[in-house]
Amino acid sequence: MTIEKLIFYFFATVLVFAAVRVITARNPVHAALFLVLAFFSAAATWLLLQAEFLAIVLVLVYVGAVMVLFLFVVMMLDINIAKLREGFIRYLSVGILVGLLILVEMVLVVRTMTAPVLTAAPVSAVPNIEAIGQVLYSIYIYPFELAAVILLVAMVAAIALTMRSPRQHKYINPSLQVNVRRADRIRLVNLPAEPKD
Amino acid sequence: MVDTLIYLLIVIIKILIIMVPLMGAVAYLTLAERKVIGYMQIRIGPNRVGFYGWGQPLADAFKLMFKEIVIPQNSDYFLFFIAPMLCIAPALAAWAVIPFADGLVLSNINAGLLYILAMTSLGVYGIIIAGWASNSKYAFLGAMRSAAQIVAYEIAMGFALVGVLMAAGSLNLSEIVKAQNGSLIHWYWLPLFPLFLVYLISAVAETNRAPFDVAEGEAEIVAGFHVEYSGMLFAVFFLAEYANMILVAALASIMFLGGWLSPFQGTPLEATFAFVPGIFWFLAKTSFFLFWYLWIRATFPRYRYDQIMRLGWKVFIPITLVWIVLIGVAVLLKLPPWFV
Repeated sequence: MTIEKLIFYFFATVLVFAAVRVITARNPVHAALFLVLAFFSAAATWLLLQAEFLAIVLVLVYVGAVMVLFLFVVMMLDINIAKLREGFIRYLSVGILVGLLILVEMVLVVRTMTAPVLTAAPVSAVPNIEAIGQVLYSIYIYPFELAAVILLVAMVAAIALTMRSPRQHKYINPSLQVNVRRADRIRLVNLPAEPKD
Repeated sequence: MVDTLIYLLIVIIKILIIMVPLMGAVAYLTLAERKVIGYMQIRIGPNRVGFYGWGQPLADAFKLMFKEIVIPQNSDYFLFFIAPMLCIAPALAAWAVIPFADGLVLSNINAGLLYILAMTSLGVYGIIIAGWASNSKYAFLGAMRSAAQIVAYEIAMGFALVGVLMAAGSLNLSEIVKAQNGSLIHWYWLPLFPLFLVYLISAVAETNRAPFDVAEGEAEIVAGFHVEYSGMLFAVFFLAEYANMILVAALASIMFLGGWLSPFQGTPLEATFAFVPGIFWFLAKTSFFLFWYLWIRATFPRYRYDQIMRLGWKVFIPITLVWIVLIGVAVLLKLPPWFV
């Protein structure tokens, strides 16, 4: 057994374990943290395939940004676990159906792949990042731009949904605050000393 | 199999060669901070332990080692213990791609800059988990503030680094330094000056240092996310903060001040200073940024929270976006002397 295989099996085991714990963990914060662990192990296995760009971007985007915000929200929730489990039987049939659908899709995709995944990864002369950049800005330029526009629309929509009218928030113009001078706030007056009577 | 084991052994020795001096630097940076701020405030600073106070970091380490680790009753036991480790692991892991001199780097990977960004973005987990696991209001408030602040400033910092990689045409840190070869004015601080400033300031915010240390905020939330930590667990948070400081200072010198390149390049003095090894210049530039950190801590009062957010989102991100477009034009036009 080579060292690469050993590393692969280690991270694959951690990945499967973490993925199972995401859906079995009772505490939502723990579940979110297991999802982080799953992302991280997936990134490690991608590194073994010499897909360093994808691996690092997975860590950078999903672990470093998306999951931080996710955790941010989950931590603030006060979740009643007993209440969450009430609907378990009711939604079980829907859950099984969705699960089967995803399974069928995955089997269909995996069957079309002919090359075994865990052979020695192809070593190309062009670095990973350059290769991705070249196809992204030539062949896939329209899908790429389209994805960017969709993200922009989503961002604008999110801002529009949470934007409050000027009457509802207490916004203070910072330049007004910064430019305040002593004379605006305080007035020194000279009072004549009063004689002692 | 034997070959791999020997290879692993060599790598571990190399890691130790980086880590041991780094830990020493962290210990003495704490002393330097107290001394520098002391003299800036017309005090003397620690001067009792050892020769002029040089034993102070060792005394602090021993004190923290023998203190009791108090665990709050309703805390999340496992996460409470793992949070400091999550804080320090990325701070140390990022050092794998830092080039100390020409060829003197543990792992010369092509995606070096991306790796650095990924690692620095992981540090926030330790802080958030520490705040949540302590089950304390103050700690939780500190964690929330820190998370929002780091997410905001990471974008500005990332865009500043995008400007650097556009100028250098590479993500490899050694290549970025080599692209600045020439003279003092070839270094990227000049063509990327606004990005340089944005990077410096957001690096302070990223490391939760004064004047952006609302996550600790002694005055209003006691000590923020590590209020419940004591003994060695607290010490690990401390180590992580200082290791991060040294990391961002080293990155600033690599990205904007030409890393190991001599400042006398292209001047008549070049031959006179040719005997100085590159690592000396690198460490000197890093030390300069570290001193700057201590300096602003002694100088500025703490930023107000809403102003921190405004500065990050409404000032820094637009500046970086505009400057990235300008850099793109300059690179296309092959503007001398930087982008030829």
